Amino acid sequence: MVGKSVSVALTGSGGAGAMTSGQILLDAASKAGYFGLMTRSMGPQIRGGEAAALLRISATPVSSLDDHYDLLVAYDWGNVNRFAAELPLAKTSLVLSDPEHGAVPDAIALFGARSAELAMKTLAAEVPGGRVNMIGLGAAAVLIGLPLEAVLSVLQDQLGRKGEEVLASATACLKAGAEAATKLPEVARLPPSKADGSVRWNISGNEAAGHGALKAGIKFVAAYPITPGTEVLEYLAPTLEKTGGVLVQAEDELASINMIIGGSFSGVPSLTATSGPGLALMTESIGLAICSETPITIVDVMRGGPSTGIPTKSEQSDLNIACYGMHGDAPHIVVAPNTIVDCMFSTQWAVYLAEALQTAAIVLSDQAMGQARNVVAKPADAPYVAKRRVAAPNAEGYKRYALTPDGISPMAIPGNPGTNYVADGLEHNERGTPSSQASDHHSQLDKRARKLEMFDYGDHWADIEGDGEIAVVTFGASTGPVQEALERIRAKGGKAKMISLRLLMPAQTKNMAAALNGVKKLLVVEQTHSEQFNKYLRAHFDLPPAVKVLSRPGPLPIRPNQIESIIADWK
Amino acid sequence: MNAPCQLTHQDFKSDVKPIWCPGCGDFAVLSSVTKALADLGKPREEIAFISGIGCSSRIPAYTQVYGFHGVHGRALAIAAGVKLARPDLTVLAAGGDGDGLSIGGNHFLHACRRNVDMTYIIMDNEVYGMTKGQASPTTQPDWTKSKLTPEGTGISAVEPVRLALAAGANFIARGFSGNPNEVARLIYEGIQHPGFSFIQVLSPCVTYRPEEREWKNLVHPAEGNPSQVMAEAMHRLAGDDGFSTGVLFAGNRAPFKPPSRNVATVTDLERKFAS
Repeated sequence: MVGKSVSVALTGSGGAGAMTSGQILLDAASKAGYFGLMTRSMGPQIRGGEAAALLRISATPVSSLDDHYDLLVAYDWGNVNRFAAELPLAKTSLVLSDPEHGAVPDAIALFGARSAELAMKTLAAEVPGGRVNMIGLGAAAVLIGLPLEAVLSVLQDQLGRKGEEVLASATACLKAGAEAATKLPEVARLPPSKADGSVRWNISGNEAAGHGALKAGIKFVAAYPITPGTEVLEYLAPTLEKTGGVLVQAEDELASINMIIGGSFSGVPSLTATSGPGLALMTESIGLAICSETPITIVDVMRGGPSTGIPTKSEQSDLNIACYGMHGDAPHIVVAPNTIVDCMFSTQWAVYLAEALQTAAIVLSDQAMGQARNVVAKPADAPYVAKRRVAAPNAEGYKRYALTPDGISPMAIPGNPGTNYVADGLEHNERGTPSSQASDHHSQLDKRARKLEMFDYGDHWADIEGDGEIAVVTFGASTGPVQEALERIRAKGGKAKMISLRLLMPAQTKNMAAALNGVKKLLVVEQTHSEQFNKYLRAHFDLPPAVKVLSRPGPLPIRPNQIESIIADWK
Repeated sequence: MNAPCQLTHQDFKSDVKPIWCPGCGDFAVLSSVTKALADLGKPREEIAFISGIGCSSRIPAYTQVYGFHGVHGRALAIAAGVKLARPDLTVLAAGGDGDGLSIGGNHFLHACRRNVDMTYIIMDNEVYGMTKGQASPTTQPDWTKSKLTPEGTGISAVEPVRLALAAGANFIARGFSGNPNEVARLIYEGIQHPGFSFIQVLSPCVTYRPEEREWKNLVHPAEGNPSQVMAEAMHRLAGDDGFSTGVLFAGNRAPFKPPSRNVATVTDLERKFAS
């Protein structure tokens, strides 16, 4: 049973080590020359809640979870009912559990998969300091056909510094699990890896967003922790320090957003990262950045909402607040990365756009990308760096908000002589002096809109693949399953086009009209309850007459077969 | 003072006409700020002056330095961002009692404890003037002239200098707009003192609190030298009547400066991801 890819779910109560074993399995797959993806499903508890590491390993690049898992290894059944719906299994799948924890619960049994038992706890107890997750990891590696040497090598890398005893114990457990697995029923096995020695990256979406910020030249970050955005900031704390930048922890999101406005006003490219509740708190001051034309970038790692919602699980439902959350007419940039590694490019590009256009840019990532890891080919370098149009020293008759043809006015940076001005969130005239005159309001509104409308965004506004009369339009983390569904359709001789929008604001009306030319049926795919993306599309673009919408809230990820079947059944 | 740059206080005033009512205490505070800046002897472009929203928060536009007139309550957060990103700049922030102690109260608390090297002036008139006369955090509980709280607020007033001391401000002073030379000296000293300096300036609102004209008869110099010891300052301020002027506390806590070294390139960092 050799498939194109193999999907494995490792589950257990928090502290059972599901995440650790998943991480090691992904690293080992990478070491053995495979590509891979690992997402996480977690409960809200820090310890003792439920946790699942959800992996897909493949000989070719992967950016979507599969329709189901081939192997589920349950270290225990604690709270499994809470996330059983996130663990779809096929009849051919295998559920591997410990008899110690009783029979397979109904919520899992209803999938009708095969099951087998492995006395993981007993085997672990035979090894001094032995851990159940290492038994399960050894068994999983053997079952899917991942070379054990690769796993041992990762253990050596990661546990070596914890001392001989820890390493010896983990190694013994791994081997015991591997040995026991030879007596278990077969499951889908990995195809041979196509290791060609080329460099692979193993990166999470949140690390990628942080790294993209560094590549763009971000030097100042103000941070307030919030799940699932914190890791963007935690990546930036030591890396900024090492590259001559500064990160400060703020007292709340109202402070963090205003601190970066201050940092940017002083001439230093500045960024913060947050999640929905934090973005909500920041919206007033994002309007300030837009009105005062102070470039800033905000990475929003979306989670289930509204209110505190589901902090640990993904949804795309901040689309509305990101695009329309500001009071007044507040044109700004919204960029949505559509793969884990694209979190790097999209953040880098967003910083470049914010700086070039002297406005606020929101990067709309989500938990499914942010807290997931992907093994990918080393991404290409992008040329985008923060670069502002600045005022010359002692510029004659300097006007900060001058009405230029392209709407972008040279910004004077403190330290520059003869051009001091007062940045203002009050409507102002060209000099920056507060004004409530209709003519000033109108001309400044025009200017702030014009600079975004006239800018050349190049080809990055969307990723477009394929052709045909049927098209699927999507954004963000929903792109992976769409891409895979359309590949399957094409493999069967069908035709379909994918349009994954990266630049959500300003909406690219002309580009979209060209992309939709010849499309007769359009499927909209998004992870919201109220069809936010469908409404966004209808507000900004002319859509073909036949439109279907696959819109479902988090935390269940959209699976490729759901998209595939809608298209196959669409007569 | 050794001024390498011969700008007078007039050179620090802009040609924008203040929106303030005739007789407002804030005119004198503006003069004190520009005098302190002239005394400081730095060029205009090396100074950043940040404010929030309210009558007094309009002050940066009336000066000739780099300024930021932000949103209500967030002046200190913007100011901290400026100073942390650009430690070479001299950073001032100013605003009213409502802006700084109500909507911006959390930032005030954390600015005091963070101790970034900057100077914050609260122009305290015990009222929200721009919204036409409501009680602020420094208004006494029995003030009944507001339509919003016609029976008085019934809640005790904040004493800004005591709050600043408890939260960890490194330099605390109080002045009265009727004594602009003293206020100018306090601002100058606050700028020179390392860390977060807080200056409360009693600045009467003649429109909504005409009784504050009486403040000129109530203010008096603080007794003795400024405390350098927290416990001593607490004891002194506990018995303070709210009208003593001068430097009330001058601590010696080192200013906050986040670590930053230039030891790696972005490409160096990428090795972590490669396998």
